[in-house]
Amino acid sequence: MPDALVAAEGLTKQFGPFEAVRGIDFRVERGEAFGFLGPNGAGKSSTMRMIACVSPITGGSLRVLGQDPATHGSELRGRLGVVPQEDNLDTELSVWDNLIVYGRYFDLPRALLRERAEELLEFMQLTERRNDRVDPLSGGMKRRLTIARALINEPELLLLDEPTTGLDPQARHLLWERLYRLKSAGVTLILTTHYMDEAEQLCDRLVIMDRGQIVGEGSPRQLIGEYCTRDVVELRFAGIDGLERAQKMAYDRGERVEVLPDRLLVYSDDGEATTEALAHHGLEPLSVLVRRSTLEDVFLTLTGRTLED
Amino acid sequence: MSTLTMRYVEREARVFARLWRGSVFSSFVAPALMLGALGIGLGSLINERNDGVEGLTYIQFVAPGLLAATVMNVAVNECMWPVMGGHKWSRQYHAMVAAPLTPASVYHGVVTWAGVRVAMSAAAFLLVAALLGGVKSPWGVLAFPAAILTGLAFAAMMAAFSITQDDDLKFPLIVRLGVQPLFLLSGTFFPVRELPRGIRWMVWLSPLWHGVELCRAACLGEFHPTRAFINIAVLVVFVAVGAHWGRATFARRLAS
Repeated sequence: MPDALVAAEGLTKQFGPFEAVRGIDFRVERGEAFGFLGPNGAGKSSTMRMIACVSPITGGSLRVLGQDPATHGSELRGRLGVVPQEDNLDTELSVWDNLIVYGRYFDLPRALLRERAEELLEFMQLTERRNDRVDPLSGGMKRRLTIARALINEPELLLLDEPTTGLDPQARHLLWERLYRLKSAGVTLILTTHYMDEAEQLCDRLVIMDRGQIVGEGSPRQLIGEYCTRDVVELRFAGIDGLERAQKMAYDRGERVEVLPDRLLVYSDDGEATTEALAHHGLEPLSVLVRRSTLEDVFLTLTGRTLED
Repeated sequence: MSTLTMRYVEREARVFARLWRGSVFSSFVAPALMLGALGIGLGSLINERNDGVEGLTYIQFVAPGLLAATVMNVAVNECMWPVMGGHKWSRQYHAMVAAPLTPASVYHGVVTWAGVRVAMSAAAFLLVAALLGGVKSPWGVLAFPAAILTGLAFAAMMAAFSITQDDDLKFPLIVRLGVQPLFLLSGTFFPVRELPRGIRWMVWLSPLWHGVELCRAACLGEFHPTRAFINIAVLVVFVAVGAHWGRATFARRLAS
């Protein structure tokens, strides 16, 4: 399989005594959207920085676009687009100059950059702000400009570290829609996120990371099918008594439960049947919510913790 | 000079084209005022009482000293807060090394751009000094490259250090305990032999003194080959050591 854009085997990253990435294997194929899902501190960003050919690997092996980042770093970075977690736009320059100056780092001719900058501002809906400074832009606009900047060299691989963290829902949806278009246009995406809805929306395939290791891998559907039931019934009770009885009931029905601080999750292949059984047992929760399983539930199953921890 | 380094310089030039007005006073006007006030104001007194300094009018003595001191200030300022900011505040350096620039090319770019700013200030200063009668010999044009070398010696060391800092607490200290004493005691305003005998040798450690000596030799057109060679060698060593150190500190901070 020589076609993988990124291939890692036993990849590790250590900062002093701290092991941020502890031996992970993964492959990213051309044209797919690949995600690293996990809570903060899982090692996602460290992994991204190694894929971005910025941070040297500590152990294992890593190939990016078929080459070794240790020996071809600068050249490889010329073929990547990077959207970092913390915005680092050039606040001393205008929106337009941000694109042109950044493009010059790739040694591209100015005439070509002007053409691309025009298109990218259009694509990211920033044309009207082209002469403005960066500071007054909204969070969503800054992020869009950062993505536009990352596309100025027409990268073969676009890396996005927590692309929508800190954005309001409307800005997130606009961004997802733009990323979806890029994906349709054949750009390979790698992204990290701790939002399961983002992973479900954008990723063809993803790995779940926890404490520097990969604990699950597959498409969102596969992961849910493999580690979860179809439905989840969320129950809230007034007292501990109801909660314990519901727990026992689920246990008797062969259903798995997770107890969270404020609610009880019952994993059920048929949510309706579970709620009917509750009434049967005379249980009266404060609230009952039947929903489909998500990646959040997969994460909880695999690690015993929630993503927002 | 690699292409990548030039890309860094290009960015700085773009920003400077936008913001140059803010630096006019500190880089050009203030040094010229200083030269006028000392060379002509204080100078008239010194010339009357003492018949000048070492056979020179005071402005002829002090102009090359102030030239070297000015480029030191420009270089240090250019490589202090802006360097820390590129890493910690605006994080521009991180944006650059995500592109094909390497940490070493960023460092080289920082020092090169500081050299450009130093050259601008030195040219302006020399022009004003010449107009005010502070440049005795036509060899004074050689004070221009001498000033650039002096500036680079400070820029190379300062940038290498600044990138290691997580906050700016040490910068005022460096100015007060490093830059200011050098400024006052490196043969800038008065000859070194006026210093107490016990500490006179210490000027040999001061890169500024070597810069002042070179600039002064050029402005007077009186070169002593061995001394000039030593002055140049010391400044080159500062640049080389700074560069070696800077490539390491930039790599550690930008590619970890």
